[in-house]
Amino acid sequence: MTIKRIIAAGAALAVTAGLAYAGGHGGNPAVKARQSHMQLYAHNLGVLGGMAKGEVEYNADVASAAANNLAALTKLSQMTYWPQGTSTDDLGDETRALPALWEDGGFAKAIEIGTALAGAAEELAAVAGNGAEAIGPALGPVGRQCGACHQAFQKSN
Amino acid sequence: MLKRIFYAALIVAVVCAAAALWLTRPGQVDPAEFAALSGDAAAGESVYWAAGCASCHADKSDETRTLLSGGYHIVSDFGTFISPNVSTDPDHGIGTWTLEQFANAMLHGRTPSGAHYFPAFPFGSYTRMEPQDVADLWAFLQTLPPSDVPSEPHDVGFPFNVRLAVGGWKLLFFNDDWVGPAETEQLARGRYLVEAMGHCAECHTPRNALGGLDTARWMAGAPNPSGQGKIPGLTPAQLNWSEADIAYYLETGFTPDFDSAGGGMASVVQNLSHLPAEDREAIAAYIKALPAAE
Repeated sequence: MTIKRIIAAGAALAVTAGLAYAGGHGGNPAVKARQSHMQLYAHNLGVLGGMAKGEVEYNADVASAAANNLAALTKLSQMTYWPQGTSTDDLGDETRALPALWEDGGFAKAIEIGTALAGAAEELAAVAGNGAEAIGPALGPVGRQCGACHQAFQKSN
Repeated sequence: MLKRIFYAALIVAVVCAAAALWLTRPGQVDPAEFAALSGDAAAGESVYWAAGCASCHADKSDETRTLLSGGYHIVSDFGTFISPNVSTDPDHGIGTWTLEQFANAMLHGRTPSGAHYFPAFPFGSYTRMEPQDVADLWAFLQTLPPSDVPSEPHDVGFPFNVRLAVGGWKLLFFNDDWVGPAETEQLARGRYLVEAMGHCAECHTPRNALGGLDTARWMAGAPNPSGQGKIPGLTPAQLNWSEADIAYYLETGFTPDFDSAGGGMASVVQNLSHLPAEDREAIAAYIKALPAAE
């Protein structure tokens, strides 16, 4: 084995190790961003859903705060959350975003669903302070949009 | 002499083939029983949502999920089945059918011309349905609009495209036995919704090599037929949600962590959200009562 080959092998190993480190410790930043965004949806929905289910005592201020957060979240631009090369085909188990999102018409459909979600979240925010009974019916349309997007673009687990 | 042996063998072969065809011919309902039934369209709407017809037959672009033009692709190990138009259109749908023909399809997997349906159409579950519910569903379907979208042929290769072979499949796997428990009225209703109308086991129970449900691993989860991900198991070891959690999920699609149902389950939730709360609670009770299975 020549010195050159040892260096080349060493370099290849270093690059591989570096990628593995980045993969293990950083992950794809766009994937982390969108998963964090979904986590924020889930947290605020959990506050409202807990009250709707009767598991948590209703509090008008808390309910309104959560619903306003949710409405604000739906208005954030996700333009940089979904770069090419970050589907399940590219990243395996790191993401559940199906390649269908990047196929023809995928983004157009996602934006349509996102717009409907923003509308539903706004209506929820408008009534969240009116009592526990008001939350459930207004949460339904929000959940339908969550489901619509997941149905089309999220791998089931 | 040789000629006689040949003819004798030929006769035996023909008799055997005839016997096999006769043994595997599709069953039929009793025409008199269905002639005596009268369907109630309002009650049939609940059956429609409970039976999940819309998931496969509703037009993708129809938000009301009642335009039944078909076109849904069911990808399986045996090929891709494409759901047909079952709207009231007389040419492209099932507008010219009778209740008896519809009942034969639902309860026996039998086409009006006497052939077998492929079990991608879940008649293996629907066969447990009450005749009155079938009649009510038929009455409701009459109220839905026609669609002139032609049905597409299935994309299934040999030998799985041989409908006659489904007769053998039925001999092996097709029966109307119940699987889960039903000790209370609520459990019985839940079992009816899950095992008959909701046809939940079609995805949540693993299948054997011939595509029959493995009832020993009832609702224990299975690979997703689409090849993407896994259909989760619902037995006690696999699902620790409370009854209220399950009922809420079936109504809204929200898990206890407020993730939201994806894949085919999002469509199931859309159907089940039309049912009365007691029905979703009955399904939840049934699921909590499932026996352990891995």
